[in-house]
Amino acid sequence: MPSAMPALPVDAAPVVDIQGLWTVFGRGKSEVVIHRDLALQVRRGEVLTLVGGSGTGKTVLLRQMLGLEHPARGSVQVLGQPAAELGRHGASSRVGMLFQQGALFSAFSVLDNIAFALRELGTLPADVVTDAAYVKLQMVGLGPQHAHKRPSDLSGGMIKRVALARALIMDPPLLLLDEPTAGLDPHASDDFCDLLKDLHAELGLTVIMVTHDLDTLFALSTRVAVLASQKVLFTDTPRVVAGLDHPFIHDFFQGERGRRAMAPAPSQLPSTP
Amino acid sequence: MWQFCLNPRLVTEAALSPPSLEWRDTAQGRCAAPTGNWTAAALADRGVASQLLQALAPAGGGPIAALPWDLSGLQRLDHVGAQLLWRQWGMQWPAQLQVDALQRQMLERVARLTLPPGRPRTEPSADGTRSAIDHLGVRVLKGLGHARDYVRMQGQLLLDFIQLLRAPRDAPWRDLSGHLYQMGATAMPITALVGFLIGVVLAYLMALQLRQFGAEAFIVNILGISLIRELGPLLAAILVAGRSGSAITAQIGVMRVTEELDAMRVMGIAHGFRLVMPRALGLAIAMPLISVWTTLASLAGGMLASDLALKVTPAFFMQALPAAVEASNLALATGKSVVFGILIALVGCHYGLGVKPNTESLGQGTTASVVTSITVVILVDALFAILFKDVGI
Repeated sequence: MPSAMPALPVDAAPVVDIQGLWTVFGRGKSEVVIHRDLALQVRRGEVLTLVGGSGTGKTVLLRQMLGLEHPARGSVQVLGQPAAELGRHGASSRVGMLFQQGALFSAFSVLDNIAFALRELGTLPADVVTDAAYVKLQMVGLGPQHAHKRPSDLSGGMIKRVALARALIMDPPLLLLDEPTAGLDPHASDDFCDLLKDLHAELGLTVIMVTHDLDTLFALSTRVAVLASQKVLFTDTPRVVAGLDHPFIHDFFQGERGRRAMAPAPSQLPSTP
Repeated sequence: MWQFCLNPRLVTEAALSPPSLEWRDTAQGRCAAPTGNWTAAALADRGVASQLLQALAPAGGGPIAALPWDLSGLQRLDHVGAQLLWRQWGMQWPAQLQVDALQRQMLERVARLTLPPGRPRTEPSADGTRSAIDHLGVRVLKGLGHARDYVRMQGQLLLDFIQLLRAPRDAPWRDLSGHLYQMGATAMPITALVGFLIGVVLAYLMALQLRQFGAEAFIVNILGISLIRELGPLLAAILVAGRSGSAITAQIGVMRVTEELDAMRVMGIAHGFRLVMPRALGLAIAMPLISVWTTLASLAGGMLASDLALKVTPAFFMQALPAAVEASNLALATGKSVVFGILIALVGCHYGLGVKPNTESLGQGTTASVVTSITVVILVDALFAILFKDVGI
């Protein structure tokens, strides 16, 4: 299996700085607290994986970083600004988000989806924008023949790839990925890991991802943050976290799949009798 | 240390300078040296982008590629920046190029993945006349398809209704009661308001004409016949078509987009029996009630206005109304409303089930549903007027 990425030298200021975050849904009796006094810092060049059971608020935490949810208390700073101020003009040059379901614009073709943010800027000639979109389309492993399809004509895996290409169109320094490899076949997942590694090295990307795919987790993450009991319980390198004693971590990492993902790949297939 | 200097990531945000293209004279001759931050983020600024594009524009193509290029002055380079360089080089590698490993990797990827100039980049579009004829044909076929589906849906509704009568216990009564409330009860305020105002307008308008002939008492006949027989049911139907017809299409359309319809089919639950029939039945029951309600509101408005404008007292109005309007008009209005209700529900369901899983189609379906249901209501009303011209007048 591929080894984890080397940690990059880091800047002083964290890319994402979350302090004392409370996320609360509903009011009064139906109030549900998702995050209670949660703290998390992500430094430049890190690949941080958020893990946690279903409903522990991993996606909500990503949405907080994007400014799509409002903190009930506490602060979320992204790239040195409050997250709520991210969604201004040219936001896609700062943050790229891969939504779980892709969230492609269904009225546009694949190419227009990818080119959208760059085209909206209106500062570059149309042919440069088109060429850049074609490059991104092929970077995620789709051929140019798919460029004029509609999102409704794509398979689940293709939607993921197009959504990734769209998130990457402006090579943003911060990339948020929600279940990037769910629904991809193993080969495509490996391609995805390789692509992300290359981009990480070339552009110095900071990546925060939610994934349940242990292969991706061990292949990419420089750090793993475990969400449980409404806060970030542990953050450390994947190997250290995998060895911690906590019921969730035990189930997550030390099941059969976890052992397989952590074990070095067998040098040779056992010979069949 | 050498690695450190070349690593573009280590330039801090504050030290970044805007992208530019400089020409340097060296011992070997002129040399192109792009400097600064060649990234999409920097090019997001209109001034910066236009300045750089202007610097690039006169160069483009052949002779430039022959010059030596030195990229060591670049602070950052991303795919968009690399794209600009590659385009500047006329999509071929310059004869002499000084780059570091990461820049080369980026440029190589862009070089590999940029489509060669001959490849069509935009969607092919058909030529004028032929595509116009094609388009017309497609529209005609689409129209026929709609008509066929609509007839099929009416047949299915009949079958579902028979099934309902045979096994009333299995019917979706809970859905029906929900629809009755949503489409009927919640429509009462708006229909009452519109009905009342139409009654007032009509009475004032007629008052001016009738006073000229001294035929004030006939206001009761005019208002009674027109409101009870025609305007009450029609107004109610148009309002409900706009209100509930669109809601039906949007609900079912969103179910298509989110694959809920497919999930229902997989569970063996028929769309006709579970989605179409309760809505059609709901509107068939609610529509006549709403129609009566609207008629009453408009009569109240008319009564008030005739009292004010013509001094026709409400007592006289009430007394004269039964004589002016035969009871068969009420039956006609109610029957008409039942038909309107079923038609509106079926049109709404038809367009809702026809939505394709994308937002554009959902919008088109909802628009088409409202336009069609209002048109159908008016057409059928005209048909009723002709068929029953001897009844009740």
